[in-house]
Amino acid sequence: MRHELMAVVAAAALAMGAASAQAQMSDGIIKLGVLNDQSGTYSDLSGQGSVWAAKKAVEDFCKATQCHDKIEVVFADHQNKPDVGSNIVRQWFDVDKVDAVVDVPTSSVALAVNTITKEKNKVFLVSGAAASNLTGKDCTPNTVHWTYDTWALANGTGQAIVKTGGDSWFFITADYAFGHALERDTEAVVVKNGGKVLGKVRHPFPAQDFSSFLLQAQASKAKIIGLANAGADTTNAIKQAAEFGIVAGGQNLAGLLVFITDVHALGLKTAQGLILTEAWYWDANDANRAFAKEFAAANKGNMPTMVQAGVYSAVMHYLKAVHELKSDADGAAVVAKMKAMPTDDKLFGKGSIRQDGRKIHDMYLFEVKKPEESKGAWDYYKLRATIPAEQAFRPLNEGECPLVK
Amino acid sequence: MFELIGVPPQALFGQLLLGLINGAFYALLSLGLAVIFGLMNVINFTHGAQYMTGAFCAWMLLNYLGIPYWGALILAPIIVGATGILIERLFISRLYHLDHLYGLLLTFGLALIIEGLFRRQYGISGLPYANPIPGGTNLGFMFLPWYRGWVVIFSLSVCLATWFVIEKTQLGAYLRAATERPDLVQAFGINVPRMITLTYGFGVGLAALAGVLAAPIYSVNPVMGANLIIVVFAVVVIGGMGSILGSIITGFGLGVVEGLTKVFYPEASNTVIFIIMAVVLMLRPQGLFGTPK
Repeated sequence: MRHELMAVVAAAALAMGAASAQAQMSDGIIKLGVLNDQSGTYSDLSGQGSVWAAKKAVEDFCKATQCHDKIEVVFADHQNKPDVGSNIVRQWFDVDKVDAVVDVPTSSVALAVNTITKEKNKVFLVSGAAASNLTGKDCTPNTVHWTYDTWALANGTGQAIVKTGGDSWFFITADYAFGHALERDTEAVVVKNGGKVLGKVRHPFPAQDFSSFLLQAQASKAKIIGLANAGADTTNAIKQAAEFGIVAGGQNLAGLLVFITDVHALGLKTAQGLILTEAWYWDANDANRAFAKEFAAANKGNMPTMVQAGVYSAVMHYLKAVHELKSDADGAAVVAKMKAMPTDDKLFGKGSIRQDGRKIHDMYLFEVKKPEESKGAWDYYKLRATIPAEQAFRPLNEGECPLVK
Repeated sequence: MFELIGVPPQALFGQLLLGLINGAFYALLSLGLAVIFGLMNVINFTHGAQYMTGAFCAWMLLNYLGIPYWGALILAPIIVGATGILIERLFISRLYHLDHLYGLLLTFGLALIIEGLFRRQYGISGLPYANPIPGGTNLGFMFLPWYRGWVVIFSLSVCLATWFVIEKTQLGAYLRAATERPDLVQAFGINVPRMITLTYGFGVGLAALAGVLAAPIYSVNPVMGANLIIVVFAVVVIGGMGSILGSIITGFGLGVVEGLTKVFYPEASNTVIFIIMAVVLMLRPQGLFGTPK
């Protein structure tokens, strides 16, 4: 009896000790959670590279401010599944005292995290996800969409192609939410600029063989075959289009979401001539090259994608806002501060965040180099046009975001 | 010009031919599975990973040693087949006295490990591998890339040769006898364990061969096999577990069915094979070409 009582008292004392220690931690620490794909299709374009970028931003921020705040970066794998992602984020917010979730590719997962972040009044910094709904109908006072979105991709690639004569389109679309959104946004741009859509085919996700869909696209006689898909689906489709002589036959491909890792996977021989829109390219200026060099040294020689660069830039701005506010407790207040402060960092330069949570910066239209134009590994893009920040993203009044009045 | 259910016959011929080409991969992969299951009673879930390893092996031979596609077509199956022999000796051979389920779990686990190792080393996006015979010919109803034509002819020849060796030669007779009564065959002075090991190596070699064939047209990435293996298992089940000829005919046949689905209702093209599998299992549980046990 006596022993039992002792045990209970000891346990209670321990629990209290633990509780007080935890309370202290949650006050004194800024905790960032990088949530993305650590093992699947999107792990090369986000994955550990994004974790590295977040840690790098913390390191650089600390150097600049002598690091008065204690900052910690944790990460997890959402496996591209909304339910898995939601569970992790709830655990992070409720138990692990995470203050901000970063990255989150795969739009379906990002939309789920978006809702939870608002509910818990934390901060969501989106870099990996594409759906423009995040700053449209589903916008919240707790979310900032940093790097790119489906509207910007459609606007950049779609408009450029229609204006240079590619006025008839055939879509090969991944049959899920993201593919449909990208197809919808691009079709709108094509039609608005005087082009027409001759047909579309929805392929199962993921798909291995595209020859059948390519043959249908070939038969449509459309000048442009728009690929509204991503990752291995896109690289497979492009690889097989070359094989079936699509480009040699006078039709052109438009990869609506192509990352530099996809171009690397294809090789320049297959990818040459492809037109694509990106928010960031490692070889654009000295600051980017310096960042890329450090990134490559830590990530098996790979160059950073725009998603990973966006993670760096977003985390940097978040930390500045928290530093100014001297508190990370109220997520909506931090995001309001982020919107109030102009953004400025070494990778994305000067910019701003709109009322709907959309980060505004220039976007770039690139063309993939021919093998003989490339000076070596990862020298893949030549700049065709810079899309100025004010034209690169969906106009504020067209997104139907409830925050915009 | 007449039309068939809203599709011009030219497009239909094109899709039929494409279906046949995809069927060639299904046939080659399911053949390897059928050989391993038919002669060893092992459900080899590592098959997809071994197909992927074959494709990577071709890439490594090219990039590290400068050996082109044609060399890889011979070397990669031998190399990967040898690793298969190692796996059989080290792991699988210890499970023969147990239920099938143990072999399945072991090979599934091995597949995850192999894929994980490749992902760790090479990332997920994939690696480029150039087409060794670019170009093609216009058949009137479609453009046929030379390489796809080569894939169909080559894999059909390999399938028929394998069928011939197993069903029509002395060696094949030993193999089949060893499956039925290993003790008796051993008593005749034939080294049955070694024969089983070599059979596994051969089945794995077939998977690697399919991988090399796939490298120039599909993305070479660590999960390329994981996506395909499920379909191939469905092919084997429809054809009849362990039936050599069944797996070949079903492989090509289902490729064609899938090709047609891509014209009439593309959204269902990933599912159609499983619908057929369900129907076949209900009406003829031993598979189209299997014999009831």
